[in-house]
Amino acid sequence: MSDHVGTLPAATAHQFDDAVQQRDASGLGMWVFLVTEILFFGGLFTIYTVYRSLYPEAFGHASGTLDITLGAVNTAVLIGSSLTMALAVHTAQVSRNRRLVALFLCATIVLGGVFLGIKGVEYAQKFHEHHVPGPSFHYSGADAQHAELFFCLYFLMTGLHALHMVIGVGLLSVLAVMALRGRFGPSYYTPVELTGLYWHFVDIVWIFLFPLLYLVERHS
Amino acid sequence: MSDTNYLNVDYGIRSWLLTVDHKRIALLYLGSITVMFFLGGVFALMIRLELLTPAADVVQADTYNKLFTMHGIIMVFFFLIPSIPATLGNFLVPMMIGARDLAFPRLNLASWYIFLVGALFTLWAVFTGGVDTGWTFYTPYSTVGANTKVIPAAVGIFINGFSSILTGLNFIVTIHRMRAPGLTWFRLPLFIWATYATSVIFILGTPVIAITLALVGVERAFHIGIFDPAIGGDPILFQHLFWFYSHPAVYIMILPSMGVVSELITCFARKSPFGYSFIAISSLAIAFLGFLVWGHHMFVSGQSAYASLIFSFLSFAVAIPSAVKVFNWTATLYRGSIAFQAPMLYALGFIGLFTIGGLTGLFLASLGLDVHVHDTYFVVAHFHYIMVGGALMGYLGGIHFWWPKITGRMYPETLSKIAALVVFLGFNLTFFPQFILGYLGMPRRYHVYPDEFQVLNVMSTAGASVLGLGYLLPMGYLLWSLRYGARAPANPWQATGLEWQTPSPPPTENFVVTPIVTGPAYCYAGEEAEVV
Ligand SMILES: [Cu+2]
Repeated sequence: MSDHVGTLPAATAHQFDDAVQQRDASGLGMWVFLVTEILFFGGLFTIYTVYRSLYPEAFGHASGTLDITLGAVNTAVLIGSSLTMALAVHTAQVSRNRRLVALFLCATIVLGGVFLGIKGVEYAQKFHEHHVPGPSFHYSGADAQHAELFFCLYFLMTGLHALHMVIGVGLLSVLAVMALRGRFGPSYYTPVELTGLYWHFVDIVWIFLFPLLYLVERHS
Repeated sequence: MSDTNYLNVDYGIRSWLLTVDHKRIALLYLGSITVMFFLGGVFALMIRLELLTPAADVVQADTYNKLFTMHGIIMVFFFLIPSIPATLGNFLVPMMIGARDLAFPRLNLASWYIFLVGALFTLWAVFTGGVDTGWTFYTPYSTVGANTKVIPAAVGIFINGFSSILTGLNFIVTIHRMRAPGLTWFRLPLFIWATYATSVIFILGTPVIAITLALVGVERAFHIGIFDPAIGGDPILFQHLFWFYSHPAVYIMILPSMGVVSELITCFARKSPFGYSFIAISSLAIAFLGFLVWGHHMFVSGQSAYASLIFSFLSFAVAIPSAVKVFNWTATLYRGSIAFQAPMLYALGFIGLFTIGGLTGLFLASLGLDVHVHDTYFVVAHFHYIMVGGALMGYLGGIHFWWPKITGRMYPETLSKIAALVVFLGFNLTFFPQFILGYLGMPRRYHVYPDEFQVLNVMSTAGASVLGLGYLLPMGYLLWSLRYGARAPANPWQATGLEWQTPSPPPTENFVVTPIVTGPAYCYAGEEAEVV
């Protein structure tokens, strides 16, 4: 593929007057989509809030069984991935260095993969400890009943978050290939920018999940 | 005419199934929701047939539970919610704002396919045994009690939710970013305002019902009991989340109809709307307030009395923007030169029926009275006045009004007027007796009832048959008109609005030249003379 392909702005779709309108529309579309995502997670956060206020002790104890080190490492990994994501967007905006864009995208993918891997280790631990809700649930602490509710929410919230991560990694993989083919540059970087927005959003969700799930009663 | 338009540009099946033209996608939706409408209608007729006599003679309790559930699910999620937005909205939003298409045409096509997949899941549930939880899926019955196809139905609604979300997203971006030069916000047609407000509800409400039904499915499938009282879960929490969407969903159904009615009233009264900006803003006000009233479904669910008080007050508050609309339409009619074309008959019917539905809503929002009529036929009558008398009348009026634009053919006027009257009479005969039944204490969702309720039930069933005929009529003559109807001119109603400035049916790119807007909407000639 010849080099100058990357310098061509992507053709404006027929419904738009110009590339600016197209970019504005795409950006607004992504923001609106993220609003729906907030509401989507918001349902779960609401449920969490209600049950935690009903059963604060049970939630505190159950939270104590989570592996805070792995959770903290994952938080750092995810924040790091947001940095590489931001660098990918910035590089696409200001330079035609396709390798650098792809490199930052791949770094984000790797960090996302590390996050998911650690999450998998945590899930496996919970599985061995019989903390997965359902018929085989077993919990030795006080108020096992409501602790199960906590673990329901733990798996649902982190599971939904992980699903978003998987989708994000998929999107980034496509972008990385596109970047290597020189599709992005200062005149056209919308997909990188919008995927970046999505990735940061997923990151921010985790920033809320981590304290709500892992740090409920760490002071005692 | 040999001009190419969006219909005759290509006849191949692929050109329809892979189209990204918003007008064709509108027709794809029109076809699919019509199928769903008649399916939901069949269930309604079976319900009314069973209720003809006090005893159980057509179906038993289990089957009856499934009938009203399937009727509700199909009508609410697969007909009423997509009805106007996905058909007329899809067709008209770009045309009314002078755009070539929606902002994301492929996403628009994807919405339709998502709708289809959701509908297929639900149909699968319907034809492999049905669901009996009521369309409300109340827990814990839906999670641990019911032994029916709850999961496929919930999955179908979950999937369909994304169709709504993407449609709303597309409209919002399109209305923000793609208006023709000179088309400022307060020059927009009122239908656009209504569609915009509806889209906001799509965006903010639908994700919540999606996650809630997903949780019901997860709880059934994996016994992870988020709402299960056995592990301290709260079934009432499900009701909160369900109604957080499902009350605003009523406005998803009614707001677009209000938008249509605003167009019809102005056109057939040949006047600009009385208080344009009030009608426009009241749409947003309804969308906003609609999110704050869900607790009025839970006055007898054991919710805190203080919460009930506030929800009751806020429910009364929604009446204000709704009444603003009704009064403004009426004021628009005042001294207008009114033409009673078929769409106008639907619009006038809408105003009357919506008013009755809205006022009885105030009965239900009153804490004391609600205890008496809760879960009776009074509620059934109330929401059918809003959703059928209101939303469906607006939908039919809009379909007739824009039929010439959509198809390039005129519908038969006399027959259409007759159909509008049949629908109006059939509707009132069906549902007005239900107000009385409910007030007398007949509970909803039972297939048997005491003998003294029979007269009113017979009236209701008779009305339902008339109503059914009223719906079959347009189905017949609109199809007939596709071939035999008179050719429609570009602007058969001498209406304002950009969609009437382009040929009927429009070319694929909607406008040959991008229109430039220089004045407000609804400049009907001769009006200046009437200004006081
Ligand atoms: Cu309500």
